[in-house]
Amino acid sequence: MMQRFLSAFGWRHEGAANAALLGLPAIWFACLYLAAIGALLITSFWTVDSLSGDLIPGFSFTNFQQLLADPIYTKIGLRTIGIAAAVTITDIVLAWPVAFAMVRLAGPRLRAALMAMVMVPLWSSYLARVYAWRLILAHDGLLNWGLAEIGLPGLHIGYSNWAMWIVFSYLWLPFMILPVAAAVERIPPSLLEASADLGEHGLATFRRVILPMALPGMVAGAIFTFSLTLGDYVTPMLVGGEGSDFIGNVVYSNVGVTNNIPFAAAYAVLPLGVMGVFLLVARRMGAFDAL
Amino acid sequence: MQDGLKKTIARVVLGLSASLPFVQGAAAVQPLQSIGKGEGVLNVVAWEGYAQDDWVKPFEAATGCQVHAKYAGSSDEMVALMRSGGGSQYDVVSASGDATLRLIYGHNVQPINVALIPAWKNFIPQLQGPDFNTVGGVHYGVSYEWGPNTLLYSTKVFPTAPTSWSVIYDPKYKGQVTVPDNPIQIADAALYLSKTQPSLGITDPYELNQTQMDAVAALLKSQTGLIKKYWALASDEIQLFTSGDAVVGAAWPYQTNTLQAAKVAVADTIPAEGATGWADSWMISAKAPHPNCAYEWINWVTTPKVQAQQAIYFGETPANTLACKEMDEQQPGSCAQYHANAPASYFDSIKFWKTPLPDCGNGKHDCLDYAAWQREWQSIKG
Repeated sequence: MMQRFLSAFGWRHEGAANAALLGLPAIWFACLYLAAIGALLITSFWTVDSLSGDLIPGFSFTNFQQLLADPIYTKIGLRTIGIAAAVTITDIVLAWPVAFAMVRLAGPRLRAALMAMVMVPLWSSYLARVYAWRLILAHDGLLNWGLAEIGLPGLHIGYSNWAMWIVFSYLWLPFMILPVAAAVERIPPSLLEASADLGEHGLATFRRVILPMALPGMVAGAIFTFSLTLGDYVTPMLVGGEGSDFIGNVVYSNVGVTNNIPFAAAYAVLPLGVMGVFLLVARRMGAFDAL
Repeated sequence: MQDGLKKTIARVVLGLSASLPFVQGAAAVQPLQSIGKGEGVLNVVAWEGYAQDDWVKPFEAATGCQVHAKYAGSSDEMVALMRSGGGSQYDVVSASGDATLRLIYGHNVQPINVALIPAWKNFIPQLQGPDFNTVGGVHYGVSYEWGPNTLLYSTKVFPTAPTSWSVIYDPKYKGQVTVPDNPIQIADAALYLSKTQPSLGITDPYELNQTQMDAVAALLKSQTGLIKKYWALASDEIQLFTSGDAVVGAAWPYQTNTLQAAKVAVADTIPAEGATGWADSWMISAKAPHPNCAYEWINWVTTPKVQAQQAIYFGETPANTLACKEMDEQQPGSCAQYHANAPASYFDSIKFWKTPLPDCGNGKHDCLDYAAWQREWQSIKG
């Protein structure tokens, strides 16, 4: 009875039905997501008593002044953004051959096998994979052992920014392969045939037909690889060396270690802003049309 | 009207307590008068190696208090953990001297009734009421163990022990040095400079004015190119030495013991400039949910037997003087090896970790506080 009444009501008043449908997610979004960001912004203007560790609410620009006064925070910010960008570009380059082979060249069986190989690492713990890389890149690790076997000098890239670049590129690669593969799959084969009929060779077809049409997929993948790197602090902690702190590490040490939450909040505004700009540009490039 | 009055009173009390943090800390919680029945659970914040099964399992069997241990890698982290969740998440903490005052002034720990700790009267006199855990005659902590921060080195690279801390600032070992990722590490460099550059006038490595700090920071910044990694956990440093990524660094005796047990060719030494060190105290959270188990724990770990086990396991010196005999029974020669019978002058030679305060201790108030040390450390390590 009640059910019938509700469905009739909803049919007659479409707006109310939509409101009821969207209400719950909207409340969730407002309370959990926007409220958290709001709290972050408000806290960034507070200060903290250094001896007792008590928070002092108020409105002061002290935290932001400190961030700007010491060049180290600019350096760490640029390092974080720089490595996130390098990882994104690396993943785009690595993802293309895999995605293209998976969608265009492989038969159904090989395709399923490739897909499984891309996905399987995601089923194992992130920490286990990072620790595995730490062992591979260490002074007496697998990498240097392999180099020694073929008569090459050892590389000392364990615990360095190079190590972070390699590990991040490895960690987030599946998040680039999948959207690129999806984008390539959507390109109608007839367009490629038309390009060939018009006398374009393979490379020109790739550059002038496939690449522009797959751009939204690449940008969608870049959102993942860029933001995941930008917000990480565990990988720098485990495989980074001296001068490897990310924004996340400064935030972590100010929250979990030195108990200066307002300062951490102020610094966290930076990646928030960077991601905002990144998403606006991504929307322009059509990344969300494909989702 | 009445509400308004209440608010005013609350504000005055808050204001007073802010200006006299100790008074409020002392008045807030009364120490336990007698140890009652255990609550069945004990949540512990400790240094790695401080809650080993060797003495935790017998404790659990004897008291019925199940121990949940959380390891912290630095004093800062210990303070943060004790303040997390409103302060009622953990019962006890093995705080070093650079954390104890922050916990006391932050009202995070409660006064301790030492009459309930029988082992206390057997402690060496310097550790019965040291100023880092006892304020105005009120005990907020029970001393536990102490020792020096050592210079750890690979015996393959150094056939004879280095005699100076200068090796960790020596470009010869570029990319092979490791030091703790901890602002208090600044004191190690300050101690080194107090001996090598007396003109700076550093008398206490924890009391630095801006000029002295600038000199110390310059030394530490010159070191960054030599560092392989700033280690956050003792296990990080152990791995660095095991894999050969680091050959020299600042360490605790715990790392040396663990590495030597794993047959890694390392040894440690206290160089001529002397050493910083730690003196740890067990403290009870102001809002400890299991205070009886907390007292049971402190009594357990201050017995000569556990004091000796802990000392041998970590490579440090017990507070309880009766532990010396126990140590020699457990491992012959260990009492002398870990200085449990050393004269008071040995204790006095170590510059124990303490919280840097604006008060320089010489009448001047231009020293940098701990927040400034933290900022300096971030800008040093980059």
